[in-house]
Amino acid sequence: MLRGKGWGISFFDEMTGQTGEVRSPYRDYHDWFAQEDAARIQRKTQQAEAFFRTTGITFNVYGQDEADERLIPFDVVPRIISAGEWRRLSRGIEQRVRALNAFLHDIYHRQEILRAGRVPTELIARNEAFLPMMMGMDPPGGVYTHISGIDIVRTGADEFYVLEDNARTPSGVSYMLENRETMLQMFPELFARISVREVSDYPLNLLKSLSACAPPQCAGTPTVAVLTPGIHNSAYFEHSFLADQMGAELVEGHDLRVVAGRVQMRTTQGYRPIDVLYRRVDDDFLDPLNFRPDSLLGVPGIWDVYRAGGITIANAPGTGIADDKALYSYMPDIIEFYTGEKALLPNVPTWRCSEAEHLKEVLDRLPELVVKEVHGSGGYGMLVGPAASKKEIAAFRKKLEANPGNYIAQPTLSLSTVPIFTKAGLAPRHVDLRPFVLMSPQGITITPGGLTRVAMTRGSLVVNSSQGGGTKDTWVLED
Amino acid sequence: MLGKTAGSLYWMARYLERSENNARLIDAGFRIALTRSNTAEAEWRSVLVTAGQDGRFRQAHGEDYSSQRVVDFMLRDPANPSSILSVIKQARDNARTARTYLTREVWEAVNTSWMTLGALLKRQVRKDDLPDALAAIRRQNGQVRGALTGTMLRNDGFHFAQLGTFLERADNIARILDVKYYLLLPSVAHIGGSIDNVQWETILRSVSAHRAYRWLYGAEISALKIAEFLILYRQLPRSLAFCCERVEEHLGQIQRGYAEETEAGRMAAALCRDRLSAPIQAIFDGGLHEYLSGFLGATGALARQVERDYRFVE
Repeated sequence: MLRGKGWGISFFDEMTGQTGEVRSPYRDYHDWFAQEDAARIQRKTQQAEAFFRTTGITFNVYGQDEADERLIPFDVVPRIISAGEWRRLSRGIEQRVRALNAFLHDIYHRQEILRAGRVPTELIARNEAFLPMMMGMDPPGGVYTHISGIDIVRTGADEFYVLEDNARTPSGVSYMLENRETMLQMFPELFARISVREVSDYPLNLLKSLSACAPPQCAGTPTVAVLTPGIHNSAYFEHSFLADQMGAELVEGHDLRVVAGRVQMRTTQGYRPIDVLYRRVDDDFLDPLNFRPDSLLGVPGIWDVYRAGGITIANAPGTGIADDKALYSYMPDIIEFYTGEKALLPNVPTWRCSEAEHLKEVLDRLPELVVKEVHGSGGYGMLVGPAASKKEIAAFRKKLEANPGNYIAQPTLSLSTVPIFTKAGLAPRHVDLRPFVLMSPQGITITPGGLTRVAMTRGSLVVNSSQGGGTKDTWVLED
Repeated sequence: MLGKTAGSLYWMARYLERSENNARLIDAGFRIALTRSNTAEAEWRSVLVTAGQDGRFRQAHGEDYSSQRVVDFMLRDPANPSSILSVIKQARDNARTARTYLTREVWEAVNTSWMTLGALLKRQVRKDDLPDALAAIRRQNGQVRGALTGTMLRNDGFHFAQLGTFLERADNIARILDVKYYLLLPSVAHIGGSIDNVQWETILRSVSAHRAYRWLYGAEISALKIAEFLILYRQLPRSLAFCCERVEEHLGQIQRGYAEETEAGRMAAALCRDRLSAPIQAIFDGGLHEYLSGFLGATGALARQVERDYRFVE
């Protein structure tokens, strides 16, 4: 029953399909590319790299020397999505994000979905991201997932799947924006030939969306701030970029303190209240008084201000439960439960290793499956069966048998490919897509496209930047 | 603006200024070491004292004041927090922290400095390449300065950065003079006593003012004139008077912008009024060393007051 279509060995290339003929969304680009001088594009690629370096669009790899700032490889060939494809995707994404938000509200209130037996209670009870303190809390505007990233993979001309939901603190949006900026600078003529939908209004939409979720105690125009762990965090560039683009303050825990019942930032002229805090630190680190006492990143007492309606925290504490990969396998039920509709975008079939029958099948078929930790992210701690050695598989089997509830398994997807530019010409590489979704009481905004991540190594299916993956500009064509 | 951000802009500018001043000190020391090998070690030692790095140097290298050791220590020793490489890194870390308050041009200039100098100072700099390396350091700084004055809004952020620049510069000039004051003294005491030509040129070179001095004073080399030039001459961008006026001016702008007077503002005004209005002869009569110590104490206190008044830290 878990064998769907699209899991074959052959790959769907988004530029040339399976037939080798250029698909229509890529036709104009392909024509342009065909008459371009490869040496010129090569030069431009090097320029792009220099541009990323001087701009400081780098990330720190954990566990490495702090001075070792790396570039995420950028590929100059855009990933192109037709207007029709995007309409379909965005409808599915919007439905999913609505359902996620409704689910979070339900879990932290009456838990109807658990009572109805549609999602097992232990999935919430043992979920480390579940915050009992959020029970009965009403976040301003009823919004939990102010910003989410829904990871999508493609396996055929009409086959899209949601691979993962990121409702905690999805990152990568700055790359989406800088990639476009870079393409505009390198190949302005392309954008004159081909009508591509804008992405540059994301920061403004983010500001509007966050402002629309201002807390009850906010008077006048909401003051928005971005909370970062600091310059040594791997995503610091993104934090400062977003603050800069929104015209918001970029704060760290030690800039903030609770004064007169509000969270306030220490300015050159004294303490000033913050209304909306777009935090890029995990729940655990938000408030050393109420969460982790050893954390220096957060703000002592912010929790009490939050409860009293003195500040909006985005995303709401406790949204991380939705990132759980075991819970992910219930998303089709969750969507149906809250929207009354079937999921528009299917899930990847998933075996829950916590269930004996599933576990048995997974163990039998380990060499052909992808196995992930339920709380894992960033491509760490996972097994890609077909790419693993016998020894690695044997070692993983032990881990899996010791703690099956910690894992889910999925078929090895034949992720679609999009060509990258190499010295030898165009070469297909596997990609995924992370569209960014904003939610406020005024509605849902999805930036056309999102971040395309690409495995730069031939045959590799791992697109995570922490594992050497790169990115591409993502184009959604105008109708 | 956040107190932390103001502090980062201020320190970014201080560190950049420090790297440039240290490059000048090395340059001046290098010249004298080339021409006077018998006093080279003493000269390098005074360079280290001026830069406030002598204690740490002795810990690491004892009394080995060879050109190569000192230059390498001051340029690129990662264990030396005041080496140019360390200082540039700190300037860039501060710029990253204050990134949202910098224009793209300023940020890129700082980041490019860090990248360029990081590559330049990756390996030990050979004697022959030293002048070029030092020139590169000054050039990178010039680019940051150009971007700063050419693209930044004249708001509090800009004024905090300028404040850092001029407090650091004043501090540096006063220390150069203080380390060398014993060279200037005899010639004042004995009218007609000659001052060591190479030494005075070293002092002027350390602040890039040897040409300007000739333009103004011609061939007349006198200790009084040199001290007057570096302390009181308001048109020289590397004089104490010039720096203090800028400090007062930028603090004035900040106070006006915030519509709030601060203790730091009052101290800056007092600094200009009390320490830079007496004629040079009066300064010498009271003792140059005493004067410079007093000046360094006053700028140090002012710097601490700025941090308090504008809440750089909690």
